[in-house]
Amino acid sequence: MSPEIIRLIASSTLDTLYMVAAATAIGTLIGLPLGVFLATSKRGELLSAPLANSILGVIVNATRSTPFIILTVSIIPFTRLVAGTSIGTTAAIVPLAVAATPFIARLVEGSIREVDQGLIEAARAMGASPLQILAKVLVPEALPGIVLGLTLAIVSLIGFSAIVGVVGGGGLGDLGIRYGYQRFMPDVMAAVVLVLILLVQGIQSLGDALSRKLNKRVRHG
Amino acid sequence: MNALSFHPPDAAQPPQAADEAVVRFEGVAKTFAARGRQTAVAALEDIDLTVRRGAILGVIGRSGAGKSTLIRLVNGLEKPTAGRVLVDGTDVARLPEKDLRQLRRSIGMIFQHFNLLSSRTVYDNIALPLEIAGASREDIRQRVDPLIELVGLADKRSRYPAELSGGQKQRVGIARALATRPKVLLSDEATSALDPETTRSILDLLATINAELKLTILLITHEMAVIRGIARDVAVIDNGRIVEKGDVFDLFTRPRHPTTRTFLAAESGRALPAYVAERLTERAGPGSQAVLRIIFRGSHATDPVLSQITRTFAIDVNILGGTVDAIAGRPFGTLIVAVPDEADLLKRVTAFLTARGLDVEALGFIALEADRASAPAAQNEGGHSHVA
Repeated sequence: MSPEIIRLIASSTLDTLYMVAAATAIGTLIGLPLGVFLATSKRGELLSAPLANSILGVIVNATRSTPFIILTVSIIPFTRLVAGTSIGTTAAIVPLAVAATPFIARLVEGSIREVDQGLIEAARAMGASPLQILAKVLVPEALPGIVLGLTLAIVSLIGFSAIVGVVGGGGLGDLGIRYGYQRFMPDVMAAVVLVLILLVQGIQSLGDALSRKLNKRVRHG
Repeated sequence: MNALSFHPPDAAQPPQAADEAVVRFEGVAKTFAARGRQTAVAALEDIDLTVRRGAILGVIGRSGAGKSTLIRLVNGLEKPTAGRVLVDGTDVARLPEKDLRQLRRSIGMIFQHFNLLSSRTVYDNIALPLEIAGASREDIRQRVDPLIELVGLADKRSRYPAELSGGQKQRVGIARALATRPKVLLSDEATSALDPETTRSILDLLATINAELKLTILLITHEMAVIRGIARDVAVIDNGRIVEKGDVFDLFTRPRHPTTRTFLAAESGRALPAYVAERLTERAGPGSQAVLRIIFRGSHATDPVLSQITRTFAIDVNILGGTVDAIAGRPFGTLIVAVPDEADLLKRVTAFLTARGLDVEALGFIALEADRASAPAAQNEGGHSHVA
């Protein structure tokens, strides 16, 4: 493998990390509160807002049911509006973030719903306001689950990021297709796959470890 | 537990008469509206109940009797559909949300499953209500540290709930409930998930808190042992209604409602020994003897009435079972005896006992030895060694 190819693999890895990190950051920024809201706004729940809950639920489901490549292409005007261009690695962050947000929201919703209802009752009995219950009870108690969900989201985003090559979005997937597949360079393909495996392994292990550290529900040693 | 003295009497409260109501239910009803396929459920009807300042009132009922709803009305977790629930004279249901939150800080609550935050240490769990109330870090520390001492968990300060036993978790729950210096403590089946010995220690802690901090306690339970162990006043709830209420000793010794009797049936001494229960019949048979339950209350618990009966009526009395115990600090005995079923003897014995302040209950008849059924009852000398 020529030094040039190695440099290409390195820069593609950085591109992938850049896209995934940015999309995860944006997705979490919007998805976390959205998930918390979805988990607490059905009728009779803490923030009871059934109409908003239904509407947001439909939007989230619609986004999640659109295949990622279709989503990427169909929101190009929006991408151009936000990123100033629809081509390139930075522009690719937009569809990735759009796909990540509802995904993260649903994962966060699931984790929040896992929290024992008795804790909400106890907090209400203490005179806590709904926002205090969210901030002091629900989110901290759901944190180990949320961390696992985010890990899953990051791993999925690495997969999605391979597709954004269609809009010129660089990264490892793009490298694999252009060099490994179209130029018949099996060693590049193998290297790309290897880096992806290591990346996913590393992120999963990190996420597992962090979640375990945060989870005080089980005794450690 | 010498750490109790840190709790000064609440300066904000003017001195009040001892029998003043802290919590009062006035004609309260609660119906859960029909939703979807479920029909409307009347959880509570016609509840009138008063919790006096400094008292420990126990409400006992089966699951589904409405007792959970009842206790949740006090801190506004449920709203009544009729009537009023007053806490220190304030109608809970009519408070705006913000004032209700304020009121809740003066009402502590402990739960069957403890409801501790798994992500917080013992210290931080106890600190939670104070954080919610907006107390400063320093104020929180000054409040939480003595509370940890009070409930005997000084060595568990930085432990997480998962590292504690059930009894320890409930101690954290109690400390947390006391953090905001409440005027009432609500106990929602607080010992139901605990073994008898741990239950005892938690009840002792609650009794100490009641005595030393003058904290009013309203507790609900399905266990008579809890009522007997800690309460002075009791209300029996069945099917959403309070069917009997009063002094614990009176209720234990003179239960009137069938539900109360059912709860008492399993209590030691009241239950008939199995060998008696199996052979008990409603009608007298040949050679059978009448079975009486004699209840000794208070100062009569130690009267030698059996030997008095034996002498006065010149009959033999078989003892089938019995206990002497103390309820709410007063002695209380139960004796189950068999006496000959002759003419008006039963009436005379009953009158004799009643005149001496004892309660007598005719339970039925028993043929003590089937193979001697034809023998005159009077010959059933004291030799039957069925004494429990």
